[in-house]
This record gives sequence, structure tokens and C-alpha cells, in this order.
Amino acid sequence: MAENVKPRVRVPRDATAGEEITIKTLISHPMESGQRKDGDGNVIPRSIINRFTCTFNGETVIDVTLEPAISTNPYFEFQAIVPETGTFEFTWYDDDGDVYTDSKEITVG
Amino acid sequence: MKLTRRHTLMMAVGSAVAALVPVRAFAAVEDEIAAFTGGAEVGSDGITLIAPEIAENGNTVPIEVDAPGAEAIIVFAAGNPTPSVATFTFGALAASQSAATRIRLAGTQDVIAIARMPDGSFVQASQEVKVTIGGCGG
Repeated sequence: MAENVKPRVRVPRDATAGEEITIKTLISHPMESGQRKDGDGNVIPRSIINRFTCTFNGETVIDVTLEPAISTNPYFEFQAIVPETGTFEFTWYDDDGDVYTDSKEITVG
Repeated sequence: MKLTRRHTLMMAVGSAVAALVPVRAFAAVEDEIAAFTGGAEVGSDGITLIAPEIAENGNTVPIEVDAPGAEAIIVFAAGNPTPSVATFTFGALAASQSAATRIRLAGTQDVIAIARMPDGSFVQASQEVKVTIGGCGG
């Protein structure tokens, strides 16, 4: 239902083995809380992203459960360890069943 | 107006209800905290919650939680219609048990962060955030 959902992720291109890197993620999404009313006084139904995960080569970095109290365009910043060259996979789960994904490769030099 | 016994009684009931309402709102948070901790003792060392003292706009309040070694961190906004905000669960590749995000606050209230440690203990930090414009529409 949510339209124009676009994930944006910032991950460094390369790192040294075992380095701690900072990852920033942003996804455009209205995060309708289910508390607001439209002009006629009807409650606008809840429609949010309820879960976000980040994995590296299949291993979990962070798993976040989101509630309606997370702002529009959910933003997360966290730290990860990079043991080897690989791929970060980012997944967002929408209330309506949609799944948005993004991935970033990182090279250990 | 003459103060009859009926009036006095009604006023007493009214003030009792008024006194109960904030208590009930607070109890919702207590219940959710108990659901997360299982009623265990909650300490206060080893967790940091960074939130602004004054937020002009309650729609996007930046917060940061940091609890070294924690398994999971849960964040509550005590004065929101639904107090639960987010749960962060950290995996093996998390370099630090910290995260930053932006949250909605309905009004001036306490933001509470509780971390679950691998040994099953819990630690809590809270901070009051003054909100000029609430973030719940309405």
C-alpha cells in the first residue's frame, strides 16, 4: 500500500578485518500510526514498518521491532563488525506484508 | 447553590476519578515493563540513554541508546497512547550494543530504556523530554 518506498543505506566501501563500522539506514515510509484522523473524523488505519533486520553473510547484526512511535521515514544508526569481505543485507517488513530489501558489499583489504 | 449531601458526594466521586486517570496511564507502562522484565529487579548501571531535554517537534525526536554487552534494549515513551517504541535485538556481529533512531512523542514525558543482559538481569535509564508540539496528530 505504501508507495514510493525507497531504502537508503550508507556503508563504507572497504574496511580492515575486524573493523567496527557505522551503518546508517533510512527508508521513506509514512509510518501511519493509527492515531490520526482525516478531515471527516475517521481514524486513518495503522500502516507501519514493523520490523527491520540487518545481516552480514547470513549472521545477524541487529533486529529491530518497530512500533507506531517510530517517526516517519524510519532512521537507524548502529555499529557492526566486519570479519571478512561480504555483503550486508537489509530488510524492512511492512504491516501489509510487503518486504523491502537493500544490500551493500564491503571489501576487506 | 446550597451544598447538599448529594453534591458533596458527587464532587468526591469526580475528584476520585480525576485522581485515578493519570495513575492508570502510568500503569500501562508499568505493565509493559513487567512484561519485558518478567517482574525482575531493574538496576541502573551500564545503560545510557541520550535524548534532548527539549524537543521542539514531537514528530521526530532523536534518541540514542547504549548498553555495552546487552542482548536487547527496549524503549518506552511513558506518555504516548501506546508506550512501546522499539525493541533492538543485537546479533553476534554488532560491534557495540548501541543504536540511534528518531521517535514520536505525544507530549512532555519520560523516555525509558531497559536493557536485558546475557545473565538475565535488567538495567534501566530514563530521561524527561519536554515537547513543544506533540507528535500524534489529532
